[in-house]
Amino acid sequence: MTENLNLWLIPILPLIGAAINGLFGRRFSKPIVSAVALFFSGAAFALVLRVWSQFSSLPLPHYEFLAHWIRYGNFMVNFEFYLDQLTMLMLLVVTGVGFLIHIYSIGYMWEDASYYRFFSYLNLFMFFMLTLVLAGNYLQMFIGWEGVGLASYLLIGFWFTKDSAASAGKKAFIVNRIGDFGFLIALFLMVKHFGSLNFSEVFEKVGPLPVETVGVGLLTSIGLLLMLGACGKSAQIPLYVWLPDAMEGPTPVSALIHAATMVTAGVYMVSRSHVIFDHAPTALTVVAIIGTLTAFFAATIGIAQTDIKKVLAYSTVSQLGYMFMACGVAAYSAGIFHLMTHAFFKGLLFLGAGSVIHAVGGNQDMRYMGGLRKYIPITFWTMTVATLAIAGIFPFAGFFSKDEILWRAFQVNKVYWAIGLFSAFLTAFYMSRLWFMTFTGEYRGDQLQPARDPDGDSQNHAADVHGHSHDSAGHNSHGHDSHGHGDPHESPWVMTVPLMILALLSLVGGFIPVEHFLEPVFANGEAAAVETANHGLEFTLQIISVSVAGLGIFLAYLLYMRRRDLPQKIANGLGSFYQTVAHKYYIDEIYAALIVKPLVEGSTDILWHGVDQGVIDAAVNDSAVGARHASDAARHMQSGNLRSYAGWVAAGGAIVIGYMIWMGVSR
Amino acid sequence: MVPLSYYLILSGILFSCGVLGFLIKRNIITIFMSIELMLNGVNLSFVAFAAHWQHLSGQIFVFFVMVVAAAEAAVGLAIIIAVYRTRETLDVDQVNLLKL
Amino acid sequence: MLHLVLFLVFAAICIAGAVNLLIQRHPIGSALSLVVVMASLAAEYLLLGAEFVAAVQVIVYAGAVMVLFVFVIMLLNAGEEDRTKGSHVALIIGVPGILAGGLLTAWVLLKQTGDVAIGALPGDPKTIGMLLFHDFLLPFEVTSVLILIAIMGAVVLANRPETQNETRKES
Repeated sequence: MTENLNLWLIPILPLIGAAINGLFGRRFSKPIVSAVALFFSGAAFALVLRVWSQFSSLPLPHYEFLAHWIRYGNFMVNFEFYLDQLTMLMLLVVTGVGFLIHIYSIGYMWEDASYYRFFSYLNLFMFFMLTLVLAGNYLQMFIGWEGVGLASYLLIGFWFTKDSAASAGKKAFIVNRIGDFGFLIALFLMVKHFGSLNFSEVFEKVGPLPVETVGVGLLTSIGLLLMLGACGKSAQIPLYVWLPDAMEGPTPVSALIHAATMVTAGVYMVSRSHVIFDHAPTALTVVAIIGTLTAFFAATIGIAQTDIKKVLAYSTVSQLGYMFMACGVAAYSAGIFHLMTHAFFKGLLFLGAGSVIHAVGGNQDMRYMGGLRKYIPITFWTMTVATLAIAGIFPFAGFFSKDEILWRAFQVNKVYWAIGLFSAFLTAFYMSRLWFMTFTGEYRGDQLQPARDPDGDSQNHAADVHGHSHDSAGHNSHGHDSHGHGDPHESPWVMTVPLMILALLSLVGGFIPVEHFLEPVFANGEAAAVETANHGLEFTLQIISVSVAGLGIFLAYLLYMRRRDLPQKIANGLGSFYQTVAHKYYIDEIYAALIVKPLVEGSTDILWHGVDQGVIDAAVNDSAVGARHASDAARHMQSGNLRSYAGWVAAGGAIVIGYMIWMGVSR
Repeated sequence: MVPLSYYLILSGILFSCGVLGFLIKRNIITIFMSIELMLNGVNLSFVAFAAHWQHLSGQIFVFFVMVVAAAEAAVGLAIIIAVYRTRETLDVDQVNLLKL
Repeated sequence: MLHLVLFLVFAAICIAGAVNLLIQRHPIGSALSLVVVMASLAAEYLLLGAEFVAAVQVIVYAGAVMVLFVFVIMLLNAGEEDRTKGSHVALIIGVPGILAGGLLTAWVLLKQTGDVAIGALPGDPKTIGMLLFHDFLLPFEVTSVLILIAIMGAVVLANRPETQNETRKES
């Protein structure tokens, strides 16, 4: 509390970078834009490292006050920063992975005409995310929360001239808003009952309250509403629908925002609010159920997708489900551990997928990939590491975090464990499927027709989301099939070096003692006691999960390496059931029919025609017409006739005199 | 002796005749003369009050009223002459370019 | 008593002149009626003891202003007024209205001031002169400026356009 680390610099530096690139970037050359972007995000990372170096000597939690903001009677909200182990971990992940992705983006987006805009938005995102993570009160966190939603919208719709991208951006923002509504109501409840939004003050007030086991009390409501916000931001059921569509954005965006950082904001928020959730077991159970169901549901969709980015998107939703499952069984540090390892391997997977897409000239459909192992070796090896990590194979990072979650879930409710285990099987299966289809066998790129899909179906549309073949009018020129070189090629070192770094982290990340590090934060809430028991059982469960993962990989090997004809036969055999899964259970269509369409029609008929045109416009127009009529009537006073003027003057004078007489007489 | 109110009533009658003439008449010179009539009525009430309150400033004010009336008559008649030159008429109802 | 009779006689002449001003159709008739009104008013002023004001009334008002009016009537060759629809309307509305207003005012005045009789206040030139040049000096000087402005205005307004063209042709 004594030393001032100037934490405010950490979010502000990327903001400055965003401003410089945003305002002046159009006139800069690409190297300068890159330098500005890298400098500011790198500076933020350097500052975080500096804080990290002093971390052990700091009294925690460390609080820094920056400025007053709202002062209303006793209610006060300030610009303040809160640093504890959880914040430190998030900072390292966000700035570290963020910096790597900035480097990668230089290579990926090099050919894009709006190069400067991309980096401006990327830095802007960093600013908001860091505000979210460093915030000392819920309102400041909400600024960051909303801001990352904004940055997500801007970046998803980066190629805004493309209809599908613009719609995807809108969808993301609007679905997020539904969650934000829950978040806001929770904030209001906090202000009303606790009189403050500052973390320390709120948690102090919540601490002595009794645990709500019966019914839905105040803390349960707050918990459920916060969870609603987290469902929106972190793409859980029922608000996950925006994340697959968000793949319209450039791949670095998918890596940074929709894998490593923004979508984890929900998990971070729930963990930060663990004091509240610990007092509301009902809310916690809801969190666990949502997380488990989402993990399973998204995994089932993932096995039928053909677009490489969509597989990864559903995989992200599924892995986020695991993190919420962990929080739901009060294993917050396990959830955060998985958050960190997921940032590594999922970020790597997305960046690798970007490298793959770059290599094959824009195609994203796995059915037309294959055999890329020999063309893009670095990408191949790094993605192998990532696939093994996400499948949960020892000693890669994913094994440790996922197993910790499954172990803790087992202790609370075996149903969670069972569903989680099956989802792990599915995860291993679809990730291996991706790996086999992309890297093994023969390159099937020549089977791809140079189709010009006017409706922008991103499943098999060549060169739609690839920066490599965009020209300045935003017109999607068609990809490498007209480029001249037929063979896939490896990406430049600017792109492969971050891949290698992330691969290293995915390899050794599991050995980082995250849970021990986070202990002081979650000390009160965790079911810490149960941990020490039963190492034997834990070991057994680990064996089971590794075998299950291996089973998934084997099944993928069978279907996509050995007997390539089988998948199609199975799909045909399952018929309409397969079709339902392949069409994501028609959830988007259901939402559109149940929610979107009535809302749009209601708005059009009632609000637009009825209220806006009928009442507001009519009031304004009618008052104008009325004024005209009134002045038409009054116009007759101005007749141009001298004597009528004289008459009016005389009448007025008579009235005044009459009034004076009346006043005089009545006295 | 004559009560004050008699003078005031006479003044009022003169004033009313002036207003009436202003409203009824169409010849602009006659209208002007009605204005003079009004001013005369007012002068009478000033002098009457001066006698009532035994204060001479009422008569002084009559002096000023007359000066103003004279100046106004001069300028007003000049205007009438100018209007007559352009409009060729002294009828007030026909000087109505502002008419709807 | 004599005062009252004299007052009533001159008042009657006054009112007759005023009404005649309204009735006359030719402006010259109205002008002459106005002269009659002013003369009788001068007599009323004398009854009130305002000698100087009465003299000025006759000299300035009746002698200068009205002469100016008559000159203009003759210059412009004003003719008789025609009867039109508008003037009928004005008659129908105006006369009763003014009559009503006038009667109301008269009644109020009678009620208020009633029977307070007033004597004369001698306003001889010396006293008036003293007041005028001591207490009312500023308004006096201002009126002289006003007259100057009126003269200039009248000259400008009444200037014949042809005179300017001739002047230009000569130079």
